[in-house]
Amino acid sequence: MSDAALATAPAEFAPWEDAQATPLIRFQNVTKRFGDFTAIDNLTIDIFEKEFFALLGPSGCGKTTMMRMLGGFETQTEGTILIDGQDVAPIPPNKRAVNMMFQSYALFPHLSVAENIAFGLKRDKMPKDQIAARVDEMLNLVQLGKFASRKPHQISGGQRQRVALARSLAKAPKLLLLDEPLGALDKKLRQDTQFELMDIQEQTGTTFVIVTHDQEEAMTVASRIAVMDHGKIIQVDTPAKIYEEPGSVYVADFIGDVNLIEGNVTTSGDDHATISWAEGQQDLIGIAHDAIPAGTRATLAIRPEKVNIATEKPADMTNIIQGKVHDIAYLGNMSTYVVETPTGQLIKAQAANTRRIRRRAITWEQDVWLSFTDTAGVVLTS
Amino acid sequence: MRRLSWFNTVSLTLGFAFLYIPMLILIVYSFNGGKLVTVWAGFSTKWYGELFRNEAFLDAAWVTLKVAVMSSSVATVLGTMAAYVMVRAGRFHGRTLFSGMIYAPLVMPEVITGLSLLLLFIAIGLDRGVLTIVLAHTTFSMCYVSVVVSSRLVTFDQSLEEAALDLGCTGFEAFRLVTLPIIAPAVISGWLLAFTLSLDDLVIASFTSGPSSTTLPIKIFSAVRLGVSPEINALSTIMITLVAVGVIGASLTSKRAIAKRAKDEQEAT
Repeated sequence: MSDAALATAPAEFAPWEDAQATPLIRFQNVTKRFGDFTAIDNLTIDIFEKEFFALLGPSGCGKTTMMRMLGGFETQTEGTILIDGQDVAPIPPNKRAVNMMFQSYALFPHLSVAENIAFGLKRDKMPKDQIAARVDEMLNLVQLGKFASRKPHQISGGQRQRVALARSLAKAPKLLLLDEPLGALDKKLRQDTQFELMDIQEQTGTTFVIVTHDQEEAMTVASRIAVMDHGKIIQVDTPAKIYEEPGSVYVADFIGDVNLIEGNVTTSGDDHATISWAEGQQDLIGIAHDAIPAGTRATLAIRPEKVNIATEKPADMTNIIQGKVHDIAYLGNMSTYVVETPTGQLIKAQAANTRRIRRRAITWEQDVWLSFTDTAGVVLTS
Repeated sequence: MRRLSWFNTVSLTLGFAFLYIPMLILIVYSFNGGKLVTVWAGFSTKWYGELFRNEAFLDAAWVTLKVAVMSSSVATVLGTMAAYVMVRAGRFHGRTLFSGMIYAPLVMPEVITGLSLLLLFIAIGLDRGVLTIVLAHTTFSMCYVSVVVSSRLVTFDQSLEEAALDLGCTGFEAFRLVTLPIIAPAVISGWLLAFTLSLDDLVIASFTSGPSSTTLPIKIFSAVRLGVSPEINALSTIMITLVAVGVIGASLTSKRAIAKRAKDEQEAT
């Protein structure tokens, strides 16, 4: 590829890597306490315009508090929150260019779908004909034109979710907050709606901040994910980075399925580290961007789908583990093999079931060899 | 329909007999032609006619109605405000004490409420009349309104109010445009409760009424002390009818609303 072609290729959306970009939202050393309980602990983060930013974590990790502070429903105990360069602490919720989609949808039960969507526009004293036009536009956006005159209890759960979305987007906010927006939907509908949300975000160009405890949802929709725990952000990165190169055991374990192999670092450097982990097994190599002193206790995190399973010892693989099949889980599209090492550790390997009727080459209690490349796993010290 | 066992039939009959035989007797005798209340002398509606020519009763009825409408309206406003603060304001200092004090009049003997109000009105030199009865009735019925409204507010999804704020409402607009319309049924039943309480109150009214402001219960009570006249039977029958129509109407309306809602929800999914 020539240099010219490179220059015209669409730039990837990554304002967080651009030092010149000014963030839309800045949390600067924000702390929020409720009595003795610290919900947000000295948190600093930037969120950029047009981002689809996910706050991910278990319940009670402070993600909802962060969102409520952006909406104006809570005020931080310490620190500053800037939206568009402006300190928002003294601004009440009704004066912020921020709208929120509530977990319960919070649709007004005594108003029709159209009236719900028009509610915020009427508060802005917008002329009647403009309100009507904007409501129509919103109804088209979420494909609910036919239901304009229905009351919220006369439509289904998925439709209510879309009305709530349309209502919160009607005022064309700079920032839309979504609190577990898909939590009340069943799995199939949730997956469809995830794509719809992404389309709408792209169409309207609004910055979305979504709170969720569902890691799959965060992975699907977000441009960046902040993994939170106990009021702190553990890691902020793109979904791929979070999954492939988690910065800590907590993140590796929280997102997806992972094998965690503990050992002592023997050598380190050149973006890699080697750990010795069990007697009679050869050392394992994984990615480590920073050099780790030899002898440090460390954990190799490796995803099951990156582990190959074979009945014969592979010749040219860096990492090889020998063991016996302990269990097999058939999942339809793939199978998960749980392999027990001679020292009693269980390691999972996944293989796609590419053939319709797979001759089971591997069966229970069989001796097998697990292998993976030196860039498949990461060595973590925290 | 399921057939009731003999035991259930008997208990049902006894229970309803206990509740309604006195009223039935009263209604039957209101159509008695004779002057004596306890001796049947043929069917007649003449006592109804007599009743409507009796100025004293009509005056008392008018006073009662005025008092009931005014006191229940004021009590509804105050009771709703109190309930809103108690449910919404969160844990402020002395909250338990305040909420206890709102509900105290529920268990206070009426004689004491009446007497203390009487003493207050004398102390501040307020002449007893319609105004004092309204004040007294507002005081004691406000807590009933507050109980009814706060039980509705407890189950009210607070995010609805937050959504209203989020969409640009001020606090008061959020209450007026979102909270109030949704809790309206509870506010209305609070008003009705306060209205009925005021309508049939005898004890507090007798402490706080003046010579020009006799309410119907006081009038009936003093008339009965001189002997039960068939006019009072007629009056009571009218009141029973009004209450029955009100209650049946309200329950039919709410039943229909619930059925409609269930049907809508079924169609939606």
